[in-house]
Amino acid sequence: MKLGGKANLALNPSLLPRPRRKKIKIGHSYERSISLPLSQQDLSPKYIMAKTLFDKVWDAHVVTEIPGGNQVLYIDRHLIHEVTSPQAFDGLRRRKLPLLRKDRIVATADHNVPTIDQHKPITEPLSAKQVQMLTENCAEFDVQLFGLGHPYQGIVHVIGPELGITRPGITMVCGDSHTSTHGAFGAIAFGIGTSQVEQVMATQCLLLTPPKKMRISVDGDLAPGVTAKDLILYVISQVGTGGGTGYFVEYAGSAIRALSMEGRMTICNMSIEMGARGGLIAPDQTTFDYLEGREFSPKGKDWDDALAYWKSLPTEDGANFDFELNYKAEDITPMITYGTNPGMGMGVKEAIPVSSRVHNKASIDKAMKYMGLEAGMHLENQPIDYVFIGSCTNSRIEDLRAVVGLVGNRKVAAGVTAIVVPGSQQVSKQAIAEGLDKKLVAAGFEFREAGCSACLGMNDDKIPAGKYCVSTSNRNFEGRQGPGARTILASPLTAAAAAVTGRVVDVRKFV
Amino acid sequence: MTPFTKLTSSAVPLPIEDVDTDQIIPARFLKAVTRDGFGENLFRDWRYDKEDQPKEDFVLNNPTYSGQILVAGANFGCGSSREHAAWAIGDFGFRVVVSSYFADIFRGNALNNGILPLVVSPTLLDEILQTIEQNPVAAFTINLEAQTFKNETTGTVSTFDIDNYKKTCLINGYDDIDYLLSQGELIEKFERERVDFSLA
Repeated sequence: MKLGGKANLALNPSLLPRPRRKKIKIGHSYERSISLPLSQQDLSPKYIMAKTLFDKVWDAHVVTEIPGGNQVLYIDRHLIHEVTSPQAFDGLRRRKLPLLRKDRIVATADHNVPTIDQHKPITEPLSAKQVQMLTENCAEFDVQLFGLGHPYQGIVHVIGPELGITRPGITMVCGDSHTSTHGAFGAIAFGIGTSQVEQVMATQCLLLTPPKKMRISVDGDLAPGVTAKDLILYVISQVGTGGGTGYFVEYAGSAIRALSMEGRMTICNMSIEMGARGGLIAPDQTTFDYLEGREFSPKGKDWDDALAYWKSLPTEDGANFDFELNYKAEDITPMITYGTNPGMGMGVKEAIPVSSRVHNKASIDKAMKYMGLEAGMHLENQPIDYVFIGSCTNSRIEDLRAVVGLVGNRKVAAGVTAIVVPGSQQVSKQAIAEGLDKKLVAAGFEFREAGCSACLGMNDDKIPAGKYCVSTSNRNFEGRQGPGARTILASPLTAAAAAVTGRVVDVRKFV
Repeated sequence: MTPFTKLTSSAVPLPIEDVDTDQIIPARFLKAVTRDGFGENLFRDWRYDKEDQPKEDFVLNNPTYSGQILVAGANFGCGSSREHAAWAIGDFGFRVVVSSYFADIFRGNALNNGILPLVVSPTLLDEILQTIEQNPVAAFTINLEAQTFKNETTGTVSTFDIDNYKKTCLINGYDDIDYLLSQGELIEKFERERVDFSLA
């Protein structure tokens, strides 16, 4: 695949100046086997204590600490998109500042893009202007842009991993809360506001208060029909929509280890839905197998060196967390949400709670009114109008394969509009190569072009007021999929089952 | 950034928990390429009906309530990282949001825009809401230097926590970028000396 532009060359690690290296003794801890410059050595007592994955990555990126405990954190990778970057570029111009490290920033257009006829000009003038402005800003500041029409365009949190831009041990930010997705690779990745986008552009750093650390362990085996999406919806329903506030979460346990990278990305993606700053999972063979050979992944000796380092990253025995939670995979059933935040979730067989551990009655009443539901009701067999399969949570090739597998020879139920939106051009290309698009269309689904689509009601894809939509996205907030839209969050399998039955159903009957 | 030191004002009550940024500013209004004018669409879908007519039962449309302080339920600002939420709140005229806790990204965005996210105990939050219910024009005084919050009706003074660095920024109208730019030499030194095995 041919890519143009100077910035692209800079992105290719093999063309970057090689960093000064030290020998790593495999089998010994990373910290003790290499000699870091004094400025980077952690001489505090915790140096000799067991470290978490988070500590190792964070500590390796601290530039300096200011009195009071805030730290200047170096950011390795900065992803930008059209919605939260224009004011940041403006800020650089206003302050007459250059973009400090253009080889560390990558742009794509995703939030505003139509998912039909992407080769034609965007008809909605404000969306067109925002996408145009991204193109102009990237040209002016020499930023690598995977814009509309580019073979690498797609949802920012889908393209980072699939291109090998995301990798273990790095710090990564984007003006988007679902940046937590990239933590699936053992990176510290989190969403930031536009002022911070400008700060990273100008200084490659952020000034941060170190977050507290939480570990959520899920052990055991997920039952057939129960997916990574159900696992994270279950955890959020237990913790609540604000229960992770102030924390960075490490997901651990045998149920997490058994997940594919796609599944792990779904888990980390939704960390923000419990209020956590981010989520991460220790890199292992699944991670390395996914990354090896990707477009921008290290190659040859660089790969070997990186791999040795990545293997030293997992949390050590006895490392300290501020808070720990443990769940059993066997307790998790296919999940759906009934309310207006992702914490309002339940097993598909359950009844909407009258009150819950994490929400007061007033919040539930307000949510029920918006959703047209009542506490005590069961949602199983509830008729639905729309199905949306896509978003940075569930739009990867594995998700699309799962949907096609479940649908089989069934057809989309009469009266249901079901759309499938691949997360990127690459996912789309792969789906077409496997014939998934044809099978979906034959079953009555619409197979669209890559983008954020109906996840956030910002482009043409919106759910009409009052209509129920089973959605594989991440937020069921009021109006999220369009004013008045009623979102029921679920896994791709549950969404596919809803499409072919026209109802909320227990997908375990289908697998 | 406009400096913030002291404020005496009445407050607008919004006793709802988990107010997410999609409510504060829906995604379809994020298409502006400047930071201005977002106040018009603050709480758009709670404030206006489908025909763009003001909904009378929403507090921002009720002339009884006004002021530069917004008092909201727990976990205010959860959801998206959109700084537009902070811009909308500031552009509407609020300088302080009071809640029992804030979502992390919103809290940072507010501070970066000269808006004080003031954390109070759940008990104090209830007390403030009660005071406003009894007297919609009840005044409250926030003194950032002293880190005090005073209910002028009851005379109760409580203290609040704020990061010292952020406090200095708010009082002087500094942005983080000013500080980070001053650290340029250290940042370059870090780049020169680090051993980056991930080849990031």
